[in-house]
Amino acid sequence: MKEEIIVSGRMNHMVDPQLHIWEWPIPLYLFLGGLAAGILIFASFYTLQGKEAKFPTAVRIAPLITPIILVLGLLALFYDLNHKLFFWRLYTTIRLESPMSWGAWTLMVVTPLAFIWSALHIREAFPRFDWKYDWVKQLEAFFRKHIKILAWILIIFSLILGVYTGILFSAFNARPLWNTSILGPLFLTSGMSTGAAVIVLLSKSHEERLHFARLDIVLIGIELFLIVHMFMGFLASTEVQIQAAGLFLGGPYTTPFWLFVVFMGLIFPASLEVLEIKGYKLPLIVAPILVILGGLIFRFIIAYAGQISRWLY
Amino acid sequence: MRYAMAVDTRKCVGCSDCVVACQTENNVPIGYCRDWVVEVVDGTFPQLEIEIRSERCNHCENAPCVRCCPTGASHYSDGGTVLVNSRKCIGCGACIASCPYDARYPHPDGYPDKCTFCLTNRVQKGLKPACVAVCPTKCLYFGDLEDPNSDVSRVLKVRKWKTLIPEAGTKPHLYFLI
Amino acid sequence: MANRREFIRISSLGLGGMALAGGSLSLVKGSEVIESLFQSQLSDRQRQRVPTYCEICFWKCAGWVYFNEDGKIKKIEGNDNDLNCNGRLCPRGTGGVGMYYDPDRLKTPLIRTEERGRQTFREASWDEALSYIAEKMQKIAREHGPECVALFTHGSGGKYFGDLLKATGSTNIAAPSFAQCRGPREVAFIYTFGESIDSPENTDIRDTRCLVLIGSHIGENMHNGQVQEMSDAIDRGATIITVDPRYSTAASKSKYWLPIKPATDIALLLAWIHVIIFEELYDRDYVERYTVGFEQLKEHVRNKTPEWAYGITTIKPHIIRETAREMGNASPAVIVHPGRHVTWYGDDTQRSRSIAILNALLGSWGRRGGFYRNANYELPSFPHPEFPEPKRTWREAFPGKYNLATTVLANGVCDATIPSADRSCNFKGWIVCGTNLIETLPNQKNTIEAIQNLELLAVIDTMPMEITGWADVVLPECTYLERYDSIRTGQARLPQIALRMPASEPLYDSKPSWWIAKELAKKLGLQAYFDYDTIEDLLDWQLRQIGSSLEEMQRIGVKTFERDADDLYFADGEAIEFNTSSGKIELYSPDFEAEGFDPLPNYTPHEEPPEGFYRLNYGRGPAHTFSRTANNANLTDIMEENSLWVNPKVASQWGIRNDQYVWLRNQDDITSKFPIKVRVTERIRWDSVYMVHGFGHDQKRLTRCYGKGASDTELISRVLVDPIMGGTGMRGNFVTFVLEDPAAIAADT
Ligand SMILES: Nc1nc2c(c(=O)[nH]1)N[C@H]1C(S)=C(S)[C@@H](COP(=O)(O)OP(=O)(O)OC[C@H]3O[C@@H](n4cnc5c(=O)[nH]c(N)nc54)[C@H](O)[C@@H]3O)O[C@H]1N2
Ligand SMILES: Nc1nc2c(c(=O)[nH]1)N[C@H]1C(S)=C(S)[C@@H](COP(=O)(O)OP(=O)(O)OC[C@H]3O[C@@H](n4cnc5c(=O)[nH]c(N)nc54)[C@H](O)[C@@H]3O)O[C@H]1N2
Ligand code: SF4
Ligand code: SF4
Ligand code: SF4
Ligand code: SF4
Ligand code: SF4
Ligand SMILES: [Mo]
Repeated sequence: MKEEIIVSGRMNHMVDPQLHIWEWPIPLYLFLGGLAAGILIFASFYTLQGKEAKFPTAVRIAPLITPIILVLGLLALFYDLNHKLFFWRLYTTIRLESPMSWGAWTLMVVTPLAFIWSALHIREAFPRFDWKYDWVKQLEAFFRKHIKILAWILIIFSLILGVYTGILFSAFNARPLWNTSILGPLFLTSGMSTGAAVIVLLSKSHEERLHFARLDIVLIGIELFLIVHMFMGFLASTEVQIQAAGLFLGGPYTTPFWLFVVFMGLIFPASLEVLEIKGYKLPLIVAPILVILGGLIFRFIIAYAGQISRWLY
Repeated sequence: MRYAMAVDTRKCVGCSDCVVACQTENNVPIGYCRDWVVEVVDGTFPQLEIEIRSERCNHCENAPCVRCCPTGASHYSDGGTVLVNSRKCIGCGACIASCPYDARYPHPDGYPDKCTFCLTNRVQKGLKPACVAVCPTKCLYFGDLEDPNSDVSRVLKVRKWKTLIPEAGTKPHLYFLI
Repeated sequence: MANRREFIRISSLGLGGMALAGGSLSLVKGSEVIESLFQSQLSDRQRQRVPTYCEICFWKCAGWVYFNEDGKIKKIEGNDNDLNCNGRLCPRGTGGVGMYYDPDRLKTPLIRTEERGRQTFREASWDEALSYIAEKMQKIAREHGPECVALFTHGSGGKYFGDLLKATGSTNIAAPSFAQCRGPREVAFIYTFGESIDSPENTDIRDTRCLVLIGSHIGENMHNGQVQEMSDAIDRGATIITVDPRYSTAASKSKYWLPIKPATDIALLLAWIHVIIFEELYDRDYVERYTVGFEQLKEHVRNKTPEWAYGITTIKPHIIRETAREMGNASPAVIVHPGRHVTWYGDDTQRSRSIAILNALLGSWGRRGGFYRNANYELPSFPHPEFPEPKRTWREAFPGKYNLATTVLANGVCDATIPSADRSCNFKGWIVCGTNLIETLPNQKNTIEAIQNLELLAVIDTMPMEITGWADVVLPECTYLERYDSIRTGQARLPQIALRMPASEPLYDSKPSWWIAKELAKKLGLQAYFDYDTIEDLLDWQLRQIGSSLEEMQRIGVKTFERDADDLYFADGEAIEFNTSSGKIELYSPDFEAEGFDPLPNYTPHEEPPEGFYRLNYGRGPAHTFSRTANNANLTDIMEENSLWVNPKVASQWGIRNDQYVWLRNQDDITSKFPIKVRVTERIRWDSVYMVHGFGHDQKRLTRCYGKGASDTELISRVLVDPIMGGTGMRGNFVTFVLEDPAAIAADT
């Protein structure tokens, strides 16, 4: 028998017996960030494609919620900070090595853009709304004129944001479960998938819904592929990553992950969407809601399980 | 200058004096610790072996905690000592999650705390770190790796040693004599 | 009134608030006092620290107390010049600050009252509390004689209360450090070498080439100098041989670990003696020059072969031979360590005798790397009238028994307190200073029965420990960081003295022992024995007799003197007169023979655990001292409860998981009050379980440690008394696991 114990009674709060420094705010923050990124990617993409009219929800309606989502995300992050009074320190340096730092800066770019985008489209949702001041109107006109440039910037930073939600974790070589480069694309895909789901939920156009349902199926397919790929990577890697993967393969996170994330959050809603496309009449909101919940649970599970996974020595 | 510490696992008795001394020296709040002691028992009665290690921050040369810190609060100081500037810290916890050794803890005042090698309060005043100075078995060695005559250089020269998870790429500077 | 002392609580109404106010008040006052004290006496450099010596155990390491910016006590560090600690305190000494800051400390004198049938304590003034004690003592003296008051003490305060008791005419002063601790070895060494070992042990571990530990688990037993020197010995490549049924920390540092079957050490020792004699590994010159009884010994062990011992101890014959040769080769720089807590199986004096004999054969006594010769240092005592000759002593309670005991038996006083027709007087009053008898003496039922028969139980303590709950009067002593005590003298390689002085004004309404004893003496009309105004006067007077002064000691903390002669070790061929009947080292003990005991040690088998039971083994955890540190926040951080070591095979038989809590029941059907967490570990045999002594406190006022872990003491109800010196063997108890909460089971039925 091999016994390895700490004999000095160490019981540091939030670190022992297992790391749990990041509670619910961080996965929530990452989920919301990913979701907003997903929506904004679609909005800017179809703007650049000139398909505003074809996908009005994606381009005009859905982005309206992104400022709220982003602010909620930032609030969650702020809530999680232990030294809140020094929050401003985030914006006194740019530290490219630190995902936290460039994430903060990315948000610093994306959030105003999301506000601008919403401002440009607010009248689509509220036709009677108008700006009170002329200079705002002038500003609006300016952005509207350069909306393609705006869309380019937005799509780039939204992609960064989407990837960032994964990189924040994967940059931690200390947590074997997180330490995989697949997490970036995976979280980006997941963010886009939840974004697509939101669009499906909000859209009133059957055509748009079908389009995004189809897109979602593809994204879910990619996600499943990446997940399988991730596990293959783990299992082909070092002992620590094999152990980390074990958390999902027989370990404590097996059921939540495979049942709630993979089945209820990916396979089942994708199947529903397939049926829907084939013309079956199903309650429209079930699949997208499952996708969104699945995405949320996915972030939580990765955040929690990742903190448990550790190097063995 | 490159500060480092060596721990003689063959002499350490696991008494945890290093932990208590660190606590009183560095005002580590009750319930927390900057260093800790691990006991590994291997074998089957009566064919047994024990390794005892007094552990703390490794003052990594390639420190993930410094890398991931968004504000530069975690930084390298004299002799490669990794320190936290609490007045720059936002308390995001990234450095805590990034340490493969779980060497940091969130101080109740909001910033992460960890072993400082007693740099400012003792070492720069010519004293040994508190844990080194107190250890009854004298199994802790501290000093400058670049000085061949320092306690730590000398003992590393004559003894076999290992570091913890060197494969994590952190280049740790806490050495365990085996 | 038969059960006058049912288990009582201390009524704490108002006490908390008072304590708080008192605490912050005196804190401020304290730093002011320190401030003025420093300004008047100490130079700038020294202002930051004051000298002390540690009271967390009896090694008495000297150190310095340092302060933080607010002038409050911050930390304690060892004094570099101190031979006991060499500038390094052990974890308990380093954590000593936790004792000072403990919010659960005793804060005011308390007197027992009975309020509507419920026994509680009320707060009292010092004057009232001391008058109460004085009146009771006088009443007992009048009605039964002053000898019917006994003092139990362990630690510094004992000096002052001891003087007080002697002044009243009683010499019944008992410490658990004899009959519960090192008594057997002291008697064994006295009757072998004419000298006891005492404390700190004169083992020359630092220079040894071979250290043999028989159950002494140095490294868990944190007696500082020993730990330090063992580490030096490891550095120097000394061979360590550890005999312990458990894989102790020391065993893990050893070249040889002999996992002996418990209670069979004498067989192993006799086999070693056999090999050393018959393979002629002994120090012939030394044995011829200094010892008597060699031939008898040789005859005695002729058939005590390793093969014979193998059947008893389970240690393989070739290992016994090999280890004996290691000792022989290292001779005389070899130490067969006498151990310290040696009251194990009731034949402990004989086991210690075997150890003494083995050392004598190896020629290690008085030799470098063996046992050095102590430099003893004593200070002149302050002039006082002769103490009256006591009319009776405790010995009269045990006619013809324990004649070889060198001091009062704590358990003996306890037994003699329980009324019995054959005794002319039983003890009627106890003063207890610095010993938690309830957890310290085995067989709690007996201790409590004795207490129930007392007319007076006065307890001087710092913490609301179990013993205070049974007291009539509780007097709060301030901690060692807040007081002067006697100058530390004693034995070491060089003569040395150390000073303890207050680093803070006493918190709350606590007082030092010297003050309490002196005030009590006044009430008893015995002030002539304490004829000094303050302890500073006393200490300064004493120090001046030896050419130092209080002022100097405040500055340096520790003072080292030269040895009278260069006699740390025996010189080659030196003629030595040993303080035994024959003037030689007595391998064969005629004194034992005269008392009716085996003049040469014999192995006798001991009872083994019945089916489903395991031998209860216990020992020290490095970060705690018995029960006294159990509530110390700095040390509970390291270890907050004890665990029960269980071999994996046993655990799987019982279906016990790691970290599961279980209760224990012993052979006398006593069940532990609290559950204990299981540590499944290969470090323990399958026939025993192990726990660290000092946990399982059931005083609710000990808020940190109440109910944490289990008490070994409550399960030690069978005491194996050593017929030679009355020691209480405590390792003959067997326990079994109780997996369900016994209270719940009891409630169900
Ligand atoms: N940290 C700390 N250190 C202390 C103290 C403390 O409270 N805390 N107390 C001090 C005091 S006063 C004393 S007396 C000493 C006591 O310290 P020691 O004299 O070293 O202790 P013991 O209790 O005699 O020995 C305990 C060891 O004996 C082993 N043992 C049990 N049964 C047998 C047996 O049948 N044969 C053999 N060979 N070994 C056996 C146990 O497994 C355990 O390892 O410690 C001192 N040091
Ligand atoms: N079951 C069991 N019993 C044992 C042992 C064992 O291992 N197991 N070990 C035995 C041995 S080796 C020994 S030496 C004895 C030790 O026995 P004790 O010396 O009785 O041990 P402690 O439990 O430390 O009790 C010390 C008491 O002194 C108090 N105290 C501490 N500091 C001060 C002070 O400055 N002033 C005053 N007035 N009081 C103070 C503490 O609060 C506590 O109540 O126990 C023996 N009994
Ligand atoms: S003080 Fe020294 S011997 Fe004790 S645990 Fe720490 S390193 Fe080990
Ligand atoms: S051990 Fe951890 S905290 Fe210390 S430098 Fe390395 S990564 Fe940072
Ligand atoms: S908690 Fe503070 S020190 Fe750590 S990474 Fe965040 S800002 Fe840097
Ligand atoms: S070097 Fe100083 S800060 Fe680090 S563990 Fe030792 S005592 Fe604590
Ligand atoms: S050995 Fe430890 S507890 Fe005992 S006196 Fe020395 S420092 Fe204090
Ligand atoms: Mo003892």
